[in-house]
Amino acid sequence: MTNYVIKRLLSTIPVLIGISLLLFVMLRMLPGDPAQVLAGEMASPAEIESIRQQLGLDRPVYVQYASFLSRLVRFDLGRSARTQNPVIEEVWARLPNTALLAVAAIILACLFGIPAGVISAVRPYTWIDYTVTLAALFGISMPVFWLGLMLVVLFSIILKLLPAGGTGSWQHVILPSITLASFVVAFIARMTRATMLEVLSQDYTTTARSKGLKERVVIIKHALKNALIPIITVVGLQFGLLLGGAVLTETVFAWPGLGRLIVDSILARDYPVIQGAILIFGLLYIMVNLTVDVIYAFVDPRIRYD
Amino acid sequence: MTEINPKAAPGKNQAKGLDSPLRRSWVKLRRNKAALVGGTMILIYAACALLAPVLFSGNPSAPNLAKSLDPPSIDQLLGTDELGRSILGRIIHGSQISLLIAVGVVSFGLILGVPLGLVSGYYGGKIDFGLQRLTDMLLAFPGFLLALALVAILGVGLKNTVISIGISMVPIYIRLVRGCVLSVREEIYVEAARASGTRDRVILLKHILPNVMVPITVQTSLGMGTAILFAAGLGFLGIGVQPPTPEWGAMLGSARVYIFNAPHAATFPGIAIFLAVLSFNLLGDGLRDALDPRFKL
Repeated sequence: MTNYVIKRLLSTIPVLIGISLLLFVMLRMLPGDPAQVLAGEMASPAEIESIRQQLGLDRPVYVQYASFLSRLVRFDLGRSARTQNPVIEEVWARLPNTALLAVAAIILACLFGIPAGVISAVRPYTWIDYTVTLAALFGISMPVFWLGLMLVVLFSIILKLLPAGGTGSWQHVILPSITLASFVVAFIARMTRATMLEVLSQDYTTTARSKGLKERVVIIKHALKNALIPIITVVGLQFGLLLGGAVLTETVFAWPGLGRLIVDSILARDYPVIQGAILIFGLLYIMVNLTVDVIYAFVDPRIRYD
Repeated sequence: MTEINPKAAPGKNQAKGLDSPLRRSWVKLRRNKAALVGGTMILIYAACALLAPVLFSGNPSAPNLAKSLDPPSIDQLLGTDELGRSILGRIIHGSQISLLIAVGVVSFGLILGVPLGLVSGYYGGKIDFGLQRLTDMLLAFPGFLLALALVAILGVGLKNTVISIGISMVPIYIRLVRGCVLSVREEIYVEAARASGTRDRVILLKHILPNVMVPITVQTSLGMGTAILFAAGLGFLGIGVQPPTPEWGAMLGSARVYIFNAPHAATFPGIAIFLAVLSFNLLGDGLRDALDPRFKL
């Protein structure tokens, strides 16, 4: 297992280099002088010159890229053009909020998506199945930001049960996490249904039933356990969608997370922060995929990583 | 149950025949209620976009502050926005914008992604390796985040929205087409074409491309929905299509401020986005079921 984790960690290096390359190109594609853009509009010529030297913009491109990589490795992402704080500090301060929202949303999505998919597969082509399938399609098609606003109208304005935005208590987490979970739950339900349908038609399920086991045991212990791998995969993959959705959800609920930071930075053309936040999002995505791969080995002993 | 084999090369006569794969697919598609509903909704949506100037003849962006945030009524079926503009009129005219974006984005993805996927899968080797690493790099970012990052570089506006979302779609098409080409290129009819001295370009366009059209068609329908959703998201954040253009996401974004006293202003543009995306997803799902059940996720 340790060998596998090490191998898998090493395999992420090319992707990380790819992300760094993309960020490097992004910096070079900025309209005008990158040093001027990074220093901000109010910067003095001396400050711009200092940034130019700091970034090595007068050196050959490959030297610039090597220097850029070296700074990235040390998590030196520069300073925010707006606040002058180190970017890593800005990102670090927001990360726990986004992580809280993402974890709450994934838990909610699994809590509702997996049982919905199982019920749908156990009673295929009945009204329950059609309802779940239709609800999943609705979930995938619904703009997350609109759903968020409608939840605010219902629970904050009409029923006055939950706060419309901000942070500070567990009540503040409810609406944003439901919003964020909405489309992930749909994907999880669809995948669970498809996988369960396949597993339920396998010989070992028939054997379990013919042994006289209770239907509940057959479904949970024999079928669901074997259907878990594709479900875990889809949960991992949905994490990416969730990060994209976090940008919108955080905006609706004025949630001070990484997504909101990216939007504010784009509006203020604060490129160092945009770069840093996108890099962290990319890293998070890679780490989640890695974790999913490692979880496989625990869930399915048939998987051998030699 | 009759299954479609996308690997089979349909001959001319077979394609025209009563029992051709195309005809069988069409019959299956017509029997698929989801695809029919989706298709009908798309037709209504496209008709709204094409007939927008007839359906709502006024200027959808002309303000009328005396009617600011009026609730739905007989005069204004969906009410008015913060500048007193008809929400119905703006939604109707907005259908042109969202359809334009959806078509633009998918065309961008198709024009760049399909040829690159064909070349990558057919030739293999260094070209394939290079293209696949580029694809890995782009897919390392969730689609919406990639579009967001590209908008940050390119700037806001309709054109840049299409380009940004379009670029985020390209790696999906490359991966999809390459995967299909890898299996199709091993087929005997491709080998026969190669042995008879047919040029690679002809083999790619005449023998391989028609046989990878099913997944491309399905992805195109689903991609239209995604494009509308992404564009509305960017518009909502204020970094997509800019006001006063009646873009649905931007309409929602500006209505958000008035959600406490005029929730109708945010409700209806959202329903429009939802229905448009739903229609493409319904058609996409139906197409997938009808044309290639094995392609189902």
